[in-house]
Amino acid sequence: MTEHFKLSRRSFLASSAATGSGFALGFGLSPAAAQDLSSDLSTPEINAWVVINPDDTVIVRVAKQEMGQGTLTGLTQLVAEELDANWDNVTYELVSASDNVVRERVWGAMGTFGSNGIRSSQEMVRTGGAAARAMLVQAAANRWGLDVGELTVEKGVITAPSGETLTYGAVAEEAAGLEVPTDVTLKDPSEWTIAGQPLQRLDTLGKLDGSRIYAIDYTMEGMLNAAVIMTPVLGGTVTSFDQSAVMDMPGVQQVIQLDDSTVAVVADTWWRAKSAADALPIEWDLGENASFGMEQLDAMLNEGLEAEEAFVGNENGDIDAALGEAAQVVSADYHFPWQHHATMEPMNATALVTDEGCEVWTATQDAESALAAASNASGFDIAQCRVHRLNPGGGFGRRASSQDYVTQAVQIAQAMPGTPVKLIWSREQDMMHGTYHPTTKARFRAGLDEEGNLTGMHMRISGQSILAGLMPFALQDGMDQTMFQGLNAESEEGEFGYTVPNLKIDHAMRNPPLRPGFWRGVCNNQNAFYLESFMDELAEAAGKDPLEFRRGLMQDHPRHLAVLDKVAEGIGWDTEPAEGVYRGIAQHMGYGSYVAAAAEVSVDERGNLTIHRIVAATDPGHVANPQQIEAQIDGSFAMGLSAGLISQITMEEGRVQEQNYDTYPVVMMADMPAVESHLIPSGGFWGGVGEPTIFVATPAVLNAVYQATGQRIRELPLWKHDLTPKE
Amino acid sequence: MVQLTVNGQTHDVDVEADTPLLWVIREQLGLTGTKYGCGVGACGACTVNIDGFPTRSCTLAVGDLREGEEITTIEGLSEDLTHPVQIAWAELDVPQCGYCQSGQIMAAAALLKDYPNPTDDDIDALMMNICRCGTYNRIRAGIKRASELL
Repeated sequence: MTEHFKLSRRSFLASSAATGSGFALGFGLSPAAAQDLSSDLSTPEINAWVVINPDDTVIVRVAKQEMGQGTLTGLTQLVAEELDANWDNVTYELVSASDNVVRERVWGAMGTFGSNGIRSSQEMVRTGGAAARAMLVQAAANRWGLDVGELTVEKGVITAPSGETLTYGAVAEEAAGLEVPTDVTLKDPSEWTIAGQPLQRLDTLGKLDGSRIYAIDYTMEGMLNAAVIMTPVLGGTVTSFDQSAVMDMPGVQQVIQLDDSTVAVVADTWWRAKSAADALPIEWDLGENASFGMEQLDAMLNEGLEAEEAFVGNENGDIDAALGEAAQVVSADYHFPWQHHATMEPMNATALVTDEGCEVWTATQDAESALAAASNASGFDIAQCRVHRLNPGGGFGRRASSQDYVTQAVQIAQAMPGTPVKLIWSREQDMMHGTYHPTTKARFRAGLDEEGNLTGMHMRISGQSILAGLMPFALQDGMDQTMFQGLNAESEEGEFGYTVPNLKIDHAMRNPPLRPGFWRGVCNNQNAFYLESFMDELAEAAGKDPLEFRRGLMQDHPRHLAVLDKVAEGIGWDTEPAEGVYRGIAQHMGYGSYVAAAAEVSVDERGNLTIHRIVAATDPGHVANPQQIEAQIDGSFAMGLSAGLISQITMEEGRVQEQNYDTYPVVMMADMPAVESHLIPSGGFWGGVGEPTIFVATPAVLNAVYQATGQRIRELPLWKHDLTPKE
Repeated sequence: MVQLTVNGQTHDVDVEADTPLLWVIREQLGLTGTKYGCGVGACGACTVNIDGFPTRSCTLAVGDLREGEEITTIEGLSEDLTHPVQIAWAELDVPQCGYCQSGQIMAAAALLKDYPNPTDDDIDALMMNICRCGTYNRIRAGIKRASELL
């Protein structure tokens, strides 16, 4: 988190994106100052997005980060579509952050988070593809002395009225010399033949034989390896360490203190570095947070539930009057615990510092922030730093929330100039030094009239703000707008899907001593769990069916309603479930997409839960690749159900208690339900797909668990609750 | 000095006998397809097959290998992506980030040796590797497809 702070003071200008799930950087470097940077990009290019070789192979440039979510293939499809390329000839290459600086950010913001991979750059990449197509056709027209209007194009072949043809490869060099047109027209999605199709990913084969190089696999001639030990308590500092205890261990080269809270051990291999780091005696001053535990957290969050002052995110009518006049007031408190990203590949980076500058090889969701971190840590200007993007083993927001591992790798390399060093966090260090899903509680008070109509609702959220912990400069008068994801009035990003005549949703910010971060789905996770569980409670109090109760409040929100109706149809809501099987339903909007889920579960006499199936519906506006969206729905359910049913990060004496997958279990094969996905893109907008369905898995399942057991699960994860039938 | 046979080749490596097999494979032999995920045998990213048996190499000291044991890593599963599991995985676009897939594929290959026509219960019981991207349903479908290709 420190690099964001430094970055705002140094050569960068940072401002929060309106959605809050990221930030924009404006580089202060002039292109002239950076021209001497070498580039790995292929040449000659038609324009920034497209290179075509004489053999007709097409290289599409990708600036957003692929981390499993399929963005790379989707973006390439969009470029190839506008280009009218032959898909069989299409491949890709990655743009580096330095390339982007030199070219005045012609590829836009590289940060890949907030399900923005396609939706935030689709127009830019499609325009790039269309412009390249226009240039290629113009080059052919020039060659033939014809007008471009007389030519036709199909799969990378340009045809003249005479029947004569030229391939893209044949005219690529001439096209590259033409001016890039700015007035291209994009295709209507109804005309698509490449985009929108369930094409296979471009990056699969290397994942099947071990040949794909992830950041952790990177090696260099003469490279050393490093392991770090970081303070076990946020704010703790190193008072002393005894390097003589480990210097004689095999392979150990150096012990380096990186800052007041981190010590690194460098050795020839990582296993030896890690073994020495584990054996290194370190004394800590753990500071004031060493007395903080779950009891203190509970008290802190409960105090926020009662607090007089809170930031108001959505309000209409007069909630106090409505509750005062209600025939029935329904109340409930909920809690969402901390979660860890637990990417399969732990944080790591390789760095080399010389007299000339600093180079980093790493996996990041934001190569521009990694470049900033390298510059800040090394003291070299941006123009003297380079960040090479390697494949990440998962991201889920961790590799966007902080580039701390890059900073550390550069600090270590700086102590050993001329020697490349690879830093790998052990799983234990990774799990204890994450950027955690924030923890909050919510308190609802809602009024129903005599007929069971909802007349007013107050939702108080109490707890942790990501922006306050990671990027306080992005707060607006102290308020963190991201707390209200999916609860906003009139929002294209995440609109509250119910019409409630008297409504107040507010947030009392209470920040416990654990670094928060953007975790797949972010605040939508708790907001959807809270709201959609409570909607079921209200339906019951009103004596109404959960679906019908919601439908009554959703008539002014047709897109929210459409996905809800779709899953109701898919699960067969109007039919009787099988004996012993119960159903739950939930909907939410986030990252510009509308999502809903319906689950069928059963709970046996020993309290074991079985999720028989989940039906999902998504309206993301447009679909770049349906089979990849289905994969994201499956995957987001696995991660969402991990948090809802199984996983939790806890703290005692200021320390994270869970250190590995044995104490932070996640959904595995036997836990995974069958998933039936319905994509119902309604057009006219572009929503994200990497995250949204994660919000609705847990509330849909827990609403079904309530039907099965009569137990309303208000604190996650589910495993803490005994579902054995009460006699 | 420790001797081990990996993908049909015998190597003598100069490491401490308590070094986990995983790190010898990655650091001394340079075969990086086998991944580090947890170091405690909980996630399965480091799965290799020893005499056909799926083994978590992060918790097996290289000095505890028995003479003559044949270790197969993802790089040695087939020469050209032609193992039925690899073919099925490619057909169904199973991987997302792909980091766990070396281990998943090795576990699936071992499963299919013992259970050429696996039931869902067999798959639930024997596929114990973590995939944080959540590719489980495609892994299940992939195993069934590979079973048809055996």
